[in-house]
Amino acid sequence: MVQLSSTLLYVAFVLYLVATLFFGGAIRVKKKEGVDRWATIGIFVTIIGFVAQLGYFITRWIAAGHAPVSNLFEFTTFFGMMIVGAFIVIYFIYKTSLLGLFTLPIAILVIAYASMFPREISPLIPALQSDWLHIHVTTAAAGEAILAISFAAGLIYLIRVVDQSKPSKRTFWLEFVLFFLISTLGFVIVTTSFRVAGYEATFEWIDKNGKQDEMVYHMPALVGPHEGVLKTEERMKPLVDMPAIINARKLNTVIWSLFSGLALYGLLRLLLRKRIAAALQPIVKNVNLDLVDEIGYRSVAIGFPVFTLGALIFAMIWAQIAWTRFWGWDPKEVWALITWLFYAAFLHLRLSKGWHGERSAWLAVIGFAIIMFNLVAVNLVIAGLHSYAGS
Amino acid sequence: MEQVKCECGHVNPIGTVLCEACGKPLEEVPALLDMRYEGSARRSQTYNKTIIDKIWNFFSSVKVGVWLIVITLVASAIGTIYPQQMYIPPTVSPSEYYEQQYGLLGKWYYALGFHDLYSSWWYMLLIALIGVSLVICSLDRVVPLYRALNNQRVTRNEQFLQRQRLFSRAKVEHDETAFRNVVDKLTKRGYRVREENGNILAEKGRFSRWGPYVNHIGLIIFLIGAMLRFVPGMYVDESMWIREGEIKEIPGTNGKYFLENKKFIFEVYEKEKEKEAFQAAIDRLGSGMMAKNYQTDVVLYERVGPVVAGEEPKLKKIKSFPIRVNEPLKHDHYALYQVDFKLDELKSMSFHFTDKETNKSFGTITVDLIQPEKEYDLGNGYKVQLLSYFPDFYFDENGNPNTRSKVPNNPAFVFKMFAPDRPKGEVSFTAIRQTIEPLGNNKYKMAFANIETRNVSALTVRRDFTLWILGVGGAIFMIGLIQGMYWNHRRIWIQRMDDEVLVAAHTNKNWFGLKKELEGIFNDTPFVMPIDQADKRS
Repeated sequence: MVQLSSTLLYVAFVLYLVATLFFGGAIRVKKKEGVDRWATIGIFVTIIGFVAQLGYFITRWIAAGHAPVSNLFEFTTFFGMMIVGAFIVIYFIYKTSLLGLFTLPIAILVIAYASMFPREISPLIPALQSDWLHIHVTTAAAGEAILAISFAAGLIYLIRVVDQSKPSKRTFWLEFVLFFLISTLGFVIVTTSFRVAGYEATFEWIDKNGKQDEMVYHMPALVGPHEGVLKTEERMKPLVDMPAIINARKLNTVIWSLFSGLALYGLLRLLLRKRIAAALQPIVKNVNLDLVDEIGYRSVAIGFPVFTLGALIFAMIWAQIAWTRFWGWDPKEVWALITWLFYAAFLHLRLSKGWHGERSAWLAVIGFAIIMFNLVAVNLVIAGLHSYAGS
Repeated sequence: MEQVKCECGHVNPIGTVLCEACGKPLEEVPALLDMRYEGSARRSQTYNKTIIDKIWNFFSSVKVGVWLIVITLVASAIGTIYPQQMYIPPTVSPSEYYEQQYGLLGKWYYALGFHDLYSSWWYMLLIALIGVSLVICSLDRVVPLYRALNNQRVTRNEQFLQRQRLFSRAKVEHDETAFRNVVDKLTKRGYRVREENGNILAEKGRFSRWGPYVNHIGLIIFLIGAMLRFVPGMYVDESMWIREGEIKEIPGTNGKYFLENKKFIFEVYEKEKEKEAFQAAIDRLGSGMMAKNYQTDVVLYERVGPVVAGEEPKLKKIKSFPIRVNEPLKHDHYALYQVDFKLDELKSMSFHFTDKETNKSFGTITVDLIQPEKEYDLGNGYKVQLLSYFPDFYFDENGNPNTRSKVPNNPAFVFKMFAPDRPKGEVSFTAIRQTIEPLGNNKYKMAFANIETRNVSALTVRRDFTLWILGVGGAIFMIGLIQGMYWNHRRIWIQRMDDEVLVAAHTNKNWFGLKKELEGIFNDTPFVMPIDQADKRS
C-alpha cells in the first residue's frame, strides 16, 4: 500500500509535467472558436494526474489510518494537489489554457518542494489525534490553493502588461517574483543532487544554552554552526560560523537555494538575452486581459470564504478542543489572520476603490507570498505549536 | 430633510446621484455609470458640517478601513518575530530573557512592548477602531442602497441605460412571440421579471447585495463576544495539578465540583507494537521518542448538602471519564483538559528503625510525603517523632535546611527516635543519601527502605459563556460571506423607445458569467446582444 501510494504520487507528478507541455503547445495554435486539441489533451492529462494523486492520498490514508496531512511533506503535497484541483474547476468555467501553463508549474514546484522533506508515514502525536485534523487542514489547504490561482492569473496579467522596453520598478519586482520561483527549483535540484551523492558532514557545536550537540549537514557547509568542529573527513570547511541563536543548517540550505537560483536565473538571462518576463511576454500576448483579471478576482472570491472556514473557523474550533483555547496568538494562527486580513483588504480595495487590473494583480502576487511565508517560514523558522518536526 | 425631485416625479433624498426610481443622473457623471451603491445618497457624501458628521465621514471611508486593516496586519506580523511572553519559559524574567536570547534587537523588542503585543492597549484600540469602521461603513451604505433597490422602476431613463457597461440599441420590429420567448428564458434562469408598458426589468440574486452587511454584522457579534471575555464571570480559566489517588476541589467551580485522579497514563510509540507503515518514521526519531497518549482517568463528583466549614464535603459521583488530549471532560458548561503531567513524583518513603551496630531492625515506618504524621509508634517502646519535614530540601543562605516548595522533589526529615534504652530520644537529620546527627553519635538510625511514586496530571479548567456568541458571530459571518461571494446580483433591462429597443445589463461581479448568460438568452431572438462598452477603452 505504501509503495503503491508513492508510485501514484510519482505518476501524478510526471503527468502534470506532460500536461504542462500540452498547455504550452496550445499557445501556438491560433484559436478561433471553442477549445483547441492541445488544450483538450492537456486538461485530460491533468485530470488523470489529479486522479492519480487522489489515489496517492487515499492509499496513504488507508496505510496510515489517518489523513495524510500531518507533516510538512504531506501537507505541502496536498496543497499542490488542491492547486491542480482548483485549476481544473476554474478551467472548466473559463476555458483558458494559458492558465494551465502557469498553474501547473507552480503545483509541480510545490510538490517537488514537499518531497524534499521526510516522507515516511508517521504516527500521530496526541494533539493531532482528532477528526479535525483532516477537516481543518484540508479546508485550509483548499482555500489557499484557490487563492493561489489568483497568483497565477496575476502573474499572467503582469507579464502581459508590464512594459519591458525599459527597466523600471515594475520590471524589477516582476523579475524578483520569477527569481523566487526559480530559487525553489534551485532548492529542489541542489537538495536532490546532494542526496543522490549521499553527502553528509557531521559537526560538533555549542547551542545557545552552552551545551555541546551534533548537527548533520546534507549539503556542503557554507555557514557552520556556532563554534562548530567538523567531524567527518574530507568535507568542506564552513566559510564562517553562525551565532548560536541561528539555525546554521537551515540558513545554509537557504543560501544554497538562493545561490543556485541565482545561477539558474543568470544562465537563463544569458541564454535569453533579456528579462525572463520579457521572454515570457510573447506567450501571453493574445490573452484577454479583462478575462484574466476576472479569473484572478473570481478565485479570490471563491477562495476567501473557503480559507476563512478552514484556516480560521475550523482552526478555532479545533484549537478550543485540543489546546483549551480557540485563539492563542501562536505564529501560525497570527499568520493565518494576516493572510485573511490581507485578502479582506484586497476585496475592499477592489470593490470600493476600484483597484482592478494591474494593481489587483500585484496584490494577488503579494497575497501568495504571504501564504508561502506562512507555509515555509513559519513552519521552519518561527517555531511554534504548528512547527513540524521535519527539517 | 432637503429633497431633490427628478423629472420622472420621484422624490430623492439630497445627495442622490442617480434617481432611485428611473436612474436618471442628477449630477455630472462619467460616461459609464458608477453603479457601486446605485448612486444613492450616502450620509457621508452629503453632510460635512458638525463634528459628528466629520467623525462619521472619517469612519465611513473604506480607505480608512483598509488602512486600519493594513496597520493591524503589519503589527500582527511584528508580534511573530520573537515568541510572545506567554510562550517563553515561565521561570525566567522577560526583561532579561529577550536580551539574552536575541541580543540588542531582543532588548528593543521588549522595551517597545512587542513581547506582549496582542494585549497591548494600542492593538486593542486598532481592533476596536476596525469594529467602529465596520458599523459606520455598513450603515452609511446599506440604508440608501436598500432604498434605491426598493424604489427602482421598470422603465428607466434613457441616460441610465446607455451608460451601463453592457448596452445595445437597435431597431427591432415588435414581435410578441419573440418577446414572450425572452421572458420565458429569463424566468427559467431564475430571473424575477417585471413588466411595465412592454418594458422589462429582469432581476436575480438581489440578496447577494446584502452579503457584505450580513458578514459585517457577524464580525461585530464576534468582536462583542471577544470583548465580553473582559466581563468577570463570563469565563473561567484555571489549572490544577492532581496526583493519582487524590480527590480535589476543581478550581473555578466555587466548591461545587470535585475530581478524583484514578490514574495517569503516558504512552509512547514503540517500534515492536506499531504497524509496518510507521516503522520508518519511528526508526528516524527513535523508538519510544514520540508521544502516543496522555490520559488521566478521572471521576467527577458533585458536592451535596450545605457547605460546613471544617467538615469533609459529601460527594456524589457524576461520572468516570478518561480525559485525553482532544477529548476534554465536559459537564455543566465546564471543560477539563489534559495539558501537562509529571511522572513518578515521590509519594511516600519508608525507613527501618535500625540499630547501627547490629543492623537489627525494630520496625518500619512509612511517611506519606504529602501529609506526614507527627508520630509513628512501632510498639515495644520504639517510636519515631517527625520534628521537621522539608519536602523540597535545600540549605538556605544561612546554612539552615529549608524547603523550596511543598512538592516532594527532595524530601528531608528531622526524626526523633525513641527506644527503650534511649527514652529521651536521639535526633537524626535524614535526607536522600545523607544523614546528619546534629547532637552527637546516635545508637539508632532511620535506614532508607523503600520509596513509592505516583504520577501527577495537570488539567486546565475552562468555562466560557462567550463561546456561543462567537459561534453565532462566526456563523453569520460565513453566511454573509457566501451570500455575497457565491451569488451575484444581475439585472437586465429591455426597453422600447419608439421603433428602437434598448437592452442593458448590470451585475455587481462576474461579468463573464453575465455575458455567457446573455448569449443564451438573446440567441435566436430579434433582440441585439448588448456589447461591453468597457472593452472600448482598452
